Amino acid sequence: MMEEAMEVLTLSAHELYERFRRKDLSPVEVAEVYLKRIEEVEGRVGAYLTVDPEGALRQAREAEQRWRKGDGAPLTGVPLAMKDNICTKGLRTTCASRILYNFVPPYDATVIKRLKEQGAVILGKTNMDEFAMGSSTENSGFQLTKNPWGVERTPGGSSGGSAAAVAARECVAALGSDTGGSIRQPAAFCGVVGMKPTYGRVSRYGLVAFASSLDQIGPITRDVEDCALLLEAISGHDPCDSTSAPMPKEDFRACLGEGIEGLRLGVPQEFFIEGMDPEVEASIWEAIRVLKGLGARVEEISLPHTDYAVATYYIICTAEASSNLARYDGVKYGLREGEGDLREMYLETRSKGFGPEVKRRIMLGTYVLSAGYYDAYYRKASQVRTLIREDFDRAFDRCEVIVTPTSPTPAFGLGEKVHDPLQMYLSDIFTISVNLAGVPALSIPCGFSGDGLPIGLQLIGKPFDEATLLRVAHAFQQETDYHLRSPENLTRGGP
Amino acid sequence: MQEVEYVAGLARLKLSEEEKELFTGQLNTILQYMDKLNELDTADVEPTFHVVPHVNAFREDEPQRSMEREEVMANAPSRKGDFFRVPRIL
Repeated sequence: MMEEAMEVLTLSAHELYERFRRKDLSPVEVAEVYLKRIEEVEGRVGAYLTVDPEGALRQAREAEQRWRKGDGAPLTGVPLAMKDNICTKGLRTTCASRILYNFVPPYDATVIKRLKEQGAVILGKTNMDEFAMGSSTENSGFQLTKNPWGVERTPGGSSGGSAAAVAARECVAALGSDTGGSIRQPAAFCGVVGMKPTYGRVSRYGLVAFASSLDQIGPITRDVEDCALLLEAISGHDPCDSTSAPMPKEDFRACLGEGIEGLRLGVPQEFFIEGMDPEVEASIWEAIRVLKGLGARVEEISLPHTDYAVATYYIICTAEASSNLARYDGVKYGLREGEGDLREMYLETRSKGFGPEVKRRIMLGTYVLSAGYYDAYYRKASQVRTLIREDFDRAFDRCEVIVTPTSPTPAFGLGEKVHDPLQMYLSDIFTISVNLAGVPALSIPCGFSGDGLPIGLQLIGKPFDEATLLRVAHAFQQETDYHLRSPENLTRGGP
Repeated sequence: MQEVEYVAGLARLKLSEEEKELFTGQLNTILQYMDKLNELDTADVEPTFHVVPHVNAFREDEPQRSMEREEVMANAPSRKGDFFRVPRIL
């Protein structure tokens, strides 16, 4: 690749904005550089399920017109990638499931509509665990995605394609969805920034439902400023999602530079568990030291029900999933199988269309909701969810932001956990209580392991206080350069 | 194993013999793990089904344009004109 093109690939969204505004770069040039980059490294990474060169170039030409007229918005002409469970009108949306292998949405998700209104360029749709069920993207019905920092490693999941695409510079930024850590954990594994906003901050209209009381769309970006930019673009009340919060639009970039003098950071003792990778633990303490150096105060806090979060989560999310996925019946869209009667059609369609993890979760969810077990499992878990929520309420009396590792280990190997579902579930231990409580959290790169794998720091905030999270994360990135590093040699050779 | 077959029927899934065997073991392990919730006394705890405080979201009942019929129908695995075709029900 030409040197000039390589330089374009290093630019963040906010840097591109400046270049577009000064007219020393054009959206069409940038889109072409990214499409070329995708061609060069996809064989090695496998982040995309669908690339849409024609659509992207059309949007880039429109963006160019807008800049020519002096009508550019912060994301006009910025090339982005979308997780494949976010509906894009006219562009195939599969949820990485064979049951939706040919689904072309007749409408745009609200987040897509908002990005298109700004004139963003959508390069394509990214790989994921089928229906967002998984922590490694290995449950995709179509392909494996490899971690750009070590191609024998998983990129994490379920938004593994989006995180890998950002890390491999196959897009400037991306959207993912997070039900139990599906934005933050892959962001940590791939060395990028990922945020799960407060439940209700971002409209879920057009996000294919997995567990409706937990799902939230959020940005995956190279730095915190881009994260603020994207969150600003996609957030806000939407009449099409009755759980979206009636909150006014916020300028999330306004307070980025304000510093963190006197801010109280809570460190929950329950998160420093046995089995945590020592390199991860060392990086987290080092990050806390950096934040202290910037004037933050550190308080030891307790989230006493942390140990029950995984069990609670996998009851609630499978219960909701078993109900949400009842709609895949072979009637209105997607795969249809089976010759005989209606029942035969349902059975054949669902058995051939869903992969093993999705079947497992539908089975679990159906079981915990079934007569005789509802109280023992679903109701019980919903009560423990209250206890977990109250843990956070109490903790936030003593601090503004909670600091934890995002994941107990750096990226694990492809194939390492895929045959042991419980081990895979336990890898989500640090991220899922956030979804159960509905609070916002983000992951930022805070170090590297001896093998050169990224390590993520998780910051958890009070409901609708994303601004403080972004301020702390931004202050950290002003002091460190982990977010500026990028994996090398992706264009050379193949796996 | 019988329970796995029963639940699969409720969920309209047809499992192969291998899947039945695999799921019986895996689901047992997972459910055993979930039993740890019984360590907690929750007799007086209200359940949380949703974290958002608002109850009803009302809006004006105004007619709006619906999706393009042809774009919706284009996804149908089988159709007859503007109808979805399904196997005989009665």
